[in-house]
Amino acid sequence: MNILVCITHVPDTTSRIAFTDNNTQFDKNGVQFIIGPYDDYALARAVELREANGGKVTVINVGEAETEPTIRKALAIGADEAVRVNAFPSDSFFVANQIAEHAKGGDYDLILMGRESIDFNGGMVHGMVGELLGLPSFSPVMSLEINGDKASLSREIEGGKEKLEVSLPFVAGCQEPIAEWKIPNMRGIMSARTKPLNVVEPTDNTTKTAVSAYELPPAKGAVKMVDKDNVEELVSLLKNEAKVL
Amino acid sequence: MSVLVFIETEEGKIKKSSREAISYGAALGEVTALALGEVDSGELATAGANGASKVLHANDARLNNGLIQPYAEAIAQALTATGANILVTAKSSLADAVVGRVAVKTGAALASNVADLPDTSNGFVVKRSIYTGKAFANVSLDADTKIIAIKKNAVDLKEDGGSAAVETFAANLDDSLFGTTITATEKAEGDVLLPEADIVVSGGRGLKGPENWGIIEDLAKTLGAATGCSKPVSDMDWRPHHEHVGQTGIKIAPTLYIAVGISGAIQHLAGVNSSKYIVVINKDEEAPFFKAADYGIVGDAFEVLPKLTEAIKQALA
Ligand SMILES: Cc1cc2nc3c(=O)[nH]c(=O)nc-3n(C[C@H](O)[C@H](O)[C@H](O)COP(=O)(O)OP(=O)(O)OC[C@H]3O[C@@H](n4cnc5c(N)ncnc54)[C@H](O)[C@@H]3O)c2cc1C
Ligand SMILES: Nc1ncnc2c1ncn2[C@@H]1O[C@H](COP(=O)(O)O)[C@@H](O)[C@H]1O
Repeated sequence: MNILVCITHVPDTTSRIAFTDNNTQFDKNGVQFIIGPYDDYALARAVELREANGGKVTVINVGEAETEPTIRKALAIGADEAVRVNAFPSDSFFVANQIAEHAKGGDYDLILMGRESIDFNGGMVHGMVGELLGLPSFSPVMSLEINGDKASLSREIEGGKEKLEVSLPFVAGCQEPIAEWKIPNMRGIMSARTKPLNVVEPTDNTTKTAVSAYELPPAKGAVKMVDKDNVEELVSLLKNEAKVL
Repeated sequence: MSVLVFIETEEGKIKKSSREAISYGAALGEVTALALGEVDSGELATAGANGASKVLHANDARLNNGLIQPYAEAIAQALTATGANILVTAKSSLADAVVGRVAVKTGAALASNVADLPDTSNGFVVKRSIYTGKAFANVSLDADTKIIAIKKNAVDLKEDGGSAAVETFAANLDDSLFGTTITATEKAEGDVLLPEADIVVSGGRGLKGPENWGIIEDLAKTLGAATGCSKPVSDMDWRPHHEHVGQTGIKIAPTLYIAVGISGAIQHLAGVNSSKYIVVINKDEEAPFFKAADYGIVGDAFEVLPKLTEAIKQALA
């Protein structure tokens, strides 16, 4: 079982988001970076599948040198080797192209990703990679079992879920409860230092989109508190002030 | 500009989010809507009210269940057939999985989570919600074909149009696209879908157990609202996973969000920060959620909720 896991390097979910340089750059000051939470689910499931079936887990990240600590963390969690495509991930099509190019040479049975990145929240890379490789793609995948060259998976649909039977290989955008997040142990952290992390240059620089500026949402006004013994007041505020009833 | 809008139906009815997508498209140009699978053509004609002049209908039973590859292929073929240079769709778990493929097939520039109409004064720039609702990015779409997946409330719903002509669309779909078998579907029927709902009532760990959800459901029913929950609540199987709201769950943008017994962790707020109004009911006056709320009540959910439901019933009577 040869699995490719695509990971992002994103601000921790508790980060305060701010911009600099006239709202054209993300302000990294004081921000802690993590493996994207959905990518972390994909990685955890990949490691479980490798433990059950043998094989190899490769992680790939499209990012500049600053992402290497995040990639090392994925190795510590249990990936066997890593690839970093040395480029700023400027848009989803560019990223998908890099992942697809790597995958063409890799003979992967499965390509696992997160359902979406938590910085740009595109939710688009899995479909693009699937199409670029001519493979089926599924998202958001909530469970994944492998039986030989077939897989059964469940996918969230609005208001429920559906179960699917598919043949390997394919691309899946993962979300909970596909696996529990894994925390690296000491042995993992030690061995991660010597696992291969290959840096390659991008093959195609085509982009289809460009960010011109960032902005923050308007600040929220102060909360109006209502006494618990006077719920009628809340009803009247909802009706006459917010006009939502 | 010629615009194609991919629309979805739910239990035979055009989804409200799809009607919003049609309204969005109508603000850009002449709209042809595209519906896939067996749907009543009378229902499809009502897309005219929202601004579609025509509906293309691939009335093919193989498309009744949203299969990703055939959907992507059918949408790409409809783009070519209509000569449209813009595709608009509402964000949904199906559309998200499909549009990336359509973008690759057609060479289009794609933006999802779009929160407003484009600015075409200098190129074609859309405003996308990023960092899970904590910021926006203005993004230029630099290809001839453009795909826009919109968020809820990106545009006002247009409801003053007429009836649209419904035409058959024969998508040429190879059997090889149907390699996936759906073996089971579990769906809550008749309920208000969470991503579509105008009002959402959510419960957190403060409700103590699944047996106490009756007070959440009573309030939701009174308001015609959908129900949601926090992550630990779905982790503990008190509620189904598809109700889990937040950073790692569903992101919603209702007009009114009522949070009961939820502390307001930043990861929960990330899923609800696009709501227009937020009401928080929590027994701890220090709960962080109050800082993100418009209206708050400090009190025990088990006392406050039944009273609130009763007061709303009277106000609506
Ligand atoms: C990477 C990551 C992603 C995450 N994603 C999500 C996500 O998508 N969604 C999400 O919800 N969480 C998410 N979390 C978890 C999040 O951090 C919180 O742990 C979670 O939201 C807390 O849920 P809660 O508010 O229901 O429970 P608690 O934090 O336990 O809060 C319960 C609240 O109920 C109140 N209460 C207790 N009894 C009563 C009563 N009788 N009446 C009224 N109020 C009462 C308490 O005062 C308290 O404020 C994520 C965490 C991480 C690290
Ligand atoms: N720069 C990147 N490097 C590697 N994988 C990525 C990158 N960006 C996105 N992905 C993968 O694609 C998934 C969906 O991302 P997105 O379409 O940006 O929301 C993420 O969860 C990752 O698994």
